[in-house]
Amino acid sequence: MARVVVDVMLKPEILDPQGQAVQRALPRLGFDGISDVRQGKRFELEVDGPVDEAALARIHDLAESFLANTVIEDFTIRVEEVAEAVK
Amino acid sequence: MTARIGVVTFPGSLDDRDTQRAIRVAGAEPVALWHKDKDLKQVDAVVLCGGFSYGDYLRAGAIARFSPVMEPLLEQAKAGLPVLGICNGFQILTEAHLLPGTMLRNDHLHFICRDQKLRVENAETSWTTDYSAGQEIHIPLKNNDGQYVADAYTLDKLEAEGRVAFRYLDFNPNGSQRDIAGVSNEAGNVVGLMPHPEHAVEPLIGTGRTDGLPFFTSILKKLVNV
Repeated sequence: MARVVVDVMLKPEILDPQGQAVQRALPRLGFDGISDVRQGKRFELEVDGPVDEAALARIHDLAESFLANTVIEDFTIRVEEVAEAVK
Repeated sequence: MTARIGVVTFPGSLDDRDTQRAIRVAGAEPVALWHKDKDLKQVDAVVLCGGFSYGDYLRAGAIARFSPVMEPLLEQAKAGLPVLGICNGFQILTEAHLLPGTMLRNDHLHFICRDQKLRVENAETSWTTDYSAGQEIHIPLKNNDGQYVADAYTLDKLEAEGRVAFRYLDFNPNGSQRDIAGVSNEAGNVVGLMPHPEHAVEPLIGTGRTDGLPFFTSILKKLVNV
């Protein structure tokens, strides 16, 4: 089993009101010097079987048609090593 | 024979009964459609109503767009079936790419509920012929993700082709670009808007006015004349 991570972020030119709300709260909490915050989504897909080119192509389609709205969002895909049953 | 207008209920739809009622008040026959239906029961038009389909998890309307009922709907809408998307229905239509642009969280981050003044910009779509162009109406608005956005090219194209169907007047409730409250597709059979005409069809409820009723009489007249 492998894990594929899809990160979805609003495109740079799209206003992110949620990120701005977080950024505005920072000085109140004593965090200075952070000039911008943008909020995104991270999807972790546990994939059965090998993550080969065909599997990644399918995940690309999934991200493009469903996980991200490409009118307003960009996405990146990466494969993550899953550590064996660490307890 | 009276026109049959389908109203789709998704898990999380809220305004299906009000929409069915509005259709009945206008003199047509509402037909309940379920999100798992694989056919549209031979209706003459469809309304996608307001609410929070599938909880609006992921993005507003994004999961509903892949419901079984959307398959025949997409196909028939492209062939000319009149479809009206109200609020969450509008969001579903943009996610399905039947209408351009998309909806973001309101710019002020609050859910908003108010009587909203609109201008009817296009009185030639399937759903607006009982209005006149430039007419000002009041209908209720209630949404969380109502900020209409599209790239500048798309916005210019919509304006040039008269596809901005409704614009907010006096107050922009959610930061929508160019005060856009509703748009239509190229053929004019698919229309989406954020405010709720189905809540303003009887004087006793909503705004106390019946400014939303012409949506449903427009489509009825169109279907009877076809």
